[in-house]
Amino acid sequence: MNRYSSPLNFRRLVITLTLTWLGLFVLLPHLMVILTSVLTPDAEHLVIWPITFDNYLKVFEPIYAGVFWNSLLMSGITTLVCLLIGYPFAYLLANMSPTMRVVLLFLMVVPFWTNSLIRIYAIKMILGKKGIVNSFLMFTGVIDSPVQLIYTDFAVIIGLVYILLPFMVLPLIASFAKLDRSLIEVGKDLGASPFYRFIYILLPLTAPGIIAGCLIVFLPAMGMFYVADILGGAKSLLLGNVIKNQFLVVRDWPFGSAFSVFLILLMAGLLIIYNKANNYIQHKGGLDDENL
Amino acid sequence: MKIFKPLFILSVFVYLYLPMLVLITNSFNQSKYGHKWAGFSWKWYEKLWNNTGLMDAFVNSLTIAVLTAFIATLLGTLMALAIHRYKFRLKSTTSSMLFILMMSPDIVLAITFLIIFIALGIQLGFWSLLIAHITFCLPFVVITVYAQLKGFDNNILEAAQDLGASEGKIFRVIILPMILPAVLSGWLLSFTLSLDDVIISSFVTGPGFEILPIRVFSMVKVGVSPEVNALATILLVISLSAIAVISLLIKRKQ
Amino acid sequence: MTNSAFLSLDNVTKRYQNQDVLREFDLTINDGEFFTILGPSGCGKTTILRLIAGFEKPDEGQVVLDGQDIAHLSAEHRPTNTVFQSYALFPHMTVFDNVAFGLKMSGVKKSEIKQRVEDALAVVQLHGFEQRLPHQLSGGQKQRVAIARAIVNRPKVLLLDESLSALDHKLRQKMQNELKRIQRQLNITFIYVTHDQEEALTMSDRVLVINNGQPQQVGTPREIYESPVNLFVARFIGESNVFKARITERLEDFQYMAEIHGIEWKIFADHKFDIDDMVHVILRPEDLRVMYIEDAPQESGFLGQVIERNYTGKTLDSVIKLDNGHTLVASEFFNEDDPDFDYKINQKVWVNWVHGWEHVIKADELKK
Repeated sequence: MNRYSSPLNFRRLVITLTLTWLGLFVLLPHLMVILTSVLTPDAEHLVIWPITFDNYLKVFEPIYAGVFWNSLLMSGITTLVCLLIGYPFAYLLANMSPTMRVVLLFLMVVPFWTNSLIRIYAIKMILGKKGIVNSFLMFTGVIDSPVQLIYTDFAVIIGLVYILLPFMVLPLIASFAKLDRSLIEVGKDLGASPFYRFIYILLPLTAPGIIAGCLIVFLPAMGMFYVADILGGAKSLLLGNVIKNQFLVVRDWPFGSAFSVFLILLMAGLLIIYNKANNYIQHKGGLDDENL
Repeated sequence: MKIFKPLFILSVFVYLYLPMLVLITNSFNQSKYGHKWAGFSWKWYEKLWNNTGLMDAFVNSLTIAVLTAFIATLLGTLMALAIHRYKFRLKSTTSSMLFILMMSPDIVLAITFLIIFIALGIQLGFWSLLIAHITFCLPFVVITVYAQLKGFDNNILEAAQDLGASEGKIFRVIILPMILPAVLSGWLLSFTLSLDDVIISSFVTGPGFEILPIRVFSMVKVGVSPEVNALATILLVISLSAIAVISLLIKRKQ
Repeated sequence: MTNSAFLSLDNVTKRYQNQDVLREFDLTINDGEFFTILGPSGCGKTTILRLIAGFEKPDEGQVVLDGQDIAHLSAEHRPTNTVFQSYALFPHMTVFDNVAFGLKMSGVKKSEIKQRVEDALAVVQLHGFEQRLPHQLSGGQKQRVAIARAIVNRPKVLLLDESLSALDHKLRQKMQNELKRIQRQLNITFIYVTHDQEEALTMSDRVLVINNGQPQQVGTPREIYESPVNLFVARFIGESNVFKARITERLEDFQYMAEIHGIEWKIFADHKFDIDDMVHVILRPEDLRVMYIEDAPQESGFLGQVIERNYTGKTLDSVIKLDNGHTLVASEFFNEDDPDFDYKINQKVWVNWVHGWEHVIKADELKK
């Protein structure tokens, strides 16, 4: 198809580089995680041969199942809060002038320039006994003595929403931008009240954005161990805390991998739902082009 | 009702910026405890300058971020080009791998990187951090550049070929100038993601090469000194300058 | 069909960003008529439609439908329905659900919905397409679904916004006839907005020509074409040759002598003019008579030469440059006796017109 007159074969170089890098650092490691999850843990060599499914059984032991459940719950709440804030926010942004939209989107990204761990630490200062929130509440007379905000599940959710909200907003804005305004007008014209216009038109047509947003909030939220470490109490453990603990402290890699495989399966399931929804709505493309 | 919309947007931004504000204010606060204002002072900046451990981590973080940004942009641009322009075996596999890379939660990527580095015998430290950061930035560069490539007329490339330009020459003379804005935003995105990362870095970092989030993380339990506030402020200033330079470059290109 | 005012815009003013799109605008539409609003893009015609539909509210004035002021009723409460230029079908709903949407919203019973959707689809000849999704339809079929979705609600007025402009030429002509048929069948008022004058003339009972938010002329297609009230209408509807003329003599009522480019002509006019009044004499291309110089009769006529000729199948269209410097457009039907009739470029010709076919307007009327 192409002619190559250059002595250095540009095409072959690019393709080889691409395949090697992705094969070595993406495909192979993912396969190795799956393999590790069925090996036997060993103190000296990390993993040894006999293949076993004990690691998966261990996931269902009450303590770990409890963490899993707690993690799902926290992620679920985080996703819901992000959606409830992000949806109207994205709607308002999508209706602004392009310049205004770009400026506000830029302002959303600026906090990223400071490492997210440092920002979470700043939230800890805000929520502390002598932090701004407590001072403000006491100043206005809502409370008489400081309330315990820090080291609670509430604080963890505040932190997770803080980190992940922009990721919810971006695909939603893309969804709203693609929306044909005249469809809303048709709804009006055909006598649909604002509520029905939302239920029958706006919601189904922005479903791909909603699902994409939930997808990129829900799963990462389960892994954010540092948020739970800094803001959470002794019991606010996320899946990420368990995985990190197994890999970096206990050094039970197979068990940690088994947990991750569950995450990967969860991701695959959610992706299938996303694809179904996307095809149903007839929006071509998907997560891999405009929506992110 | 009219007031509700701007109020809502404002409160979202207050939420996003309050922590930043606290960091910046406290970096100039005389008091060690950021609970009340005890007067303006540069002392935390001075202390930061003399805190070798923190300064090293800071410099290391920036080094990784800048190197990651350059290499990920280069690799990602080439990959976008390959996907857009060439037919080759495993092309759909390539796209799927990039997709998985983008969708995988950080915690999953973190252990895949850890496992492969141990398996390949790569020492945890500078190189492991750099490779991991480059890899998780790749899909974002590819998407940005690919979107731009899709946007322009293929006939231009065919015309260039027809006139006898080599592949390398076509890339340098025609494609690169056209995709430059996307390449620059890919750079910026990579720089941002690298600087912001905590989870992956925690897994692939080594004792010989400490970066900022790891350093700060270890301080959180015992109490973070206000020097970190000063550091965060400096980071923000540096990044905003980078943004200013890049948007100027993009503007000039257009 | 009654001839009473059914829908009217009274003294309506609409501003966008402090610019008046419409100012003190009046419009009256009769019950059951096919009314077309015709004008160039940006003339305010779509704004009129949106004011009637309820997507826009007037800044001043009234919108009266069937004796009731609906100016401040929002779109979902108005007995009007719109067929959008882009069709705007709900992509996630089947044809049936699209058409049933309005009925569901107004709480019609399920069994009745089914019957009415079927009837509406029968009217637009789309029976059997109920379960298709919009992306499985052709442009013309989408158009029909959009019409069915609007008429199923039995609106008092159906509004069509450039509804045929996305179709190709042939399909468009077919749909023009369809629309006329549907309008006769349902006997409801259609208000059609377009910038295509041919479409407007073909379909409408009456046409409003509008420019810059100012109504220019309201009338039947024939009145608009044959008796344009001003130069804008004359030029916008079809092609015209416009001559500046000076009245030199009054012969009797509505008959004058006028001087055009140094030649005296007898003209008919339906206005009264005084001596020395300046007028415009408008002639459609098909009103002109063109002859070879050697065949010309002994009458006064302009001399010129053919600078362009276009064969269209039915007619021979020519552009003629007169010796006095003006350019005319002529369109002649082929004569059965002489099918090979043609002009050569630079052919010298004599031009005249069928007396009485000219249309005369006052020169200062163009400012109106």
